Amino acid sequence: MTNATGSPTAAGGVTSANPATAYLDAASGEPLHPAAREVLLAALDAGWADPLRLHGPGRNARLLLDNAREVVGSLLGARPDEVTFTSSGTAAVHLGVLGLLLGRVRVSRRLLHSAVEHSAVFAAARWWQAVHDGTAAPVAVQHGGRLDVDRLTRLLAGEEAGVVAVQAANPEVGTLQPLDDVVAAAGDVPVFVDACAAVGHTDLPPGWSAAAASAHKWGGPAGVGVLLVRKSARWRAPYPTDDRTDPRVSGFENVPAALAAAAALQAVLAERDEVADRQRRLVAKVRTEVPRLVEDVEVVGEPDERLPHVVTFSCLYVDGEALVTELDRLGFGVASGSACTASTLRPSHVLEAMGVLTHGNVRLSLSRTTTAADVDRFLAALPGVVAGLRSRGAVS
Amino acid sequence: MSAPDLDLDCRGLRCPLPIIKLGNGIGDVPVGGTVGVVAEDPAARTDVPAWCRMRGQEYLGEETAPDGLPRYLVRRLR
Repeated sequence: MTNATGSPTAAGGVTSANPATAYLDAASGEPLHPAAREVLLAALDAGWADPLRLHGPGRNARLLLDNAREVVGSLLGARPDEVTFTSSGTAAVHLGVLGLLLGRVRVSRRLLHSAVEHSAVFAAARWWQAVHDGTAAPVAVQHGGRLDVDRLTRLLAGEEAGVVAVQAANPEVGTLQPLDDVVAAAGDVPVFVDACAAVGHTDLPPGWSAAAASAHKWGGPAGVGVLLVRKSARWRAPYPTDDRTDPRVSGFENVPAALAAAAALQAVLAERDEVADRQRRLVAKVRTEVPRLVEDVEVVGEPDERLPHVVTFSCLYVDGEALVTELDRLGFGVASGSACTASTLRPSHVLEAMGVLTHGNVRLSLSRTTTAADVDRFLAALPGVVAGLRSRGAVS
Repeated sequence: MSAPDLDLDCRGLRCPLPIIKLGNGIGDVPVGGTVGVVAEDPAARTDVPAWCRMRGQEYLGEETAPDGLPRYLVRRLR
């Protein structure tokens, strides 16, 4: 956003005409936690220098960076030297998957991953095949989106694997994966866990060799990913590195943002039980009420083994993009896994792998400040929106 | 299998239009009759079986139309 003189400004921008806007897309980005804002502003003043330098300002920045590593590590069950800050959750996924694979090339070049992984894992898998001459195979999921562990076990018994990649929770439908069972099934094969959707909302079970998380999904600033790599894991950098503070990444660290991400995680986990309880009640209400209020709706994802704040459903005969646009017009910010636009012809690979309706999809993800009144207003508005769109399509 | 009782040409249509055509067309065959949906939209491969599950109809499977596009077959149960 720029003003008339061309200098950057945050003023203006797109605003909703409706004052009753309810942001229900926290799984795409949780609003910055107040604790993160406070720390970010302070750290911009105290942590701007190069943490590699030995002068006072440099040592200050290094102190803040080490502190961020220590806090994030202790909250996620990792040592400080197992924590790397990256430029995004996606970058952390790429580094985690490819680094573990490279550490195992003597044993196997074969990647197994669930069919409902984030597109970042699929991108890493394509890269692995194209650049490193490896192989990759998706593992089927059940109707609710849970990985079929028996199938994984059979695949592992059939041929040695390099890495098994399974997410902690699915960002589109909220289903938690049976990570303990996956780790047990994997045995000696290192497990990569994409925990981007889960961290800040559920526990990260141990057993991973590498894992990834994303700060803006828990109320930290965007542009901060977290890569965790066990000291015991064989991990080799897939991209060039340098001799700065962290051997797994390169370049000048964003120290203030890393510290703000740590502060947000600490604050979010301190209030998590209370927030998650409230979110669970509201999500349960949506899951019960939507099929009661709207005909021909399928609520998707596991009913119980799920993230507290995410709920997804699909409406027959309705274009998902039209639903998102119409709900936005009424002041509700939601996401959709449907792809009915000219730019993305393929439907969501997650909904496809689960075998559930891919069109008319709506994902609500509640932020820590979403209220019962927000959800009630959404439930009051939805039937009219769906009926209006269906009457345009005119199914008798 | 023999030709369906009703063949719906959904070539060039994107989701959810093939499913809307199916929802409208199913009433044009008697109970026990079959409907074919010929669609190039990849979403139809998931959405036709999902529609059958949600609407209590039977999904019979997929075959290939003469022009090479998939035809999804449905039997009306109610």
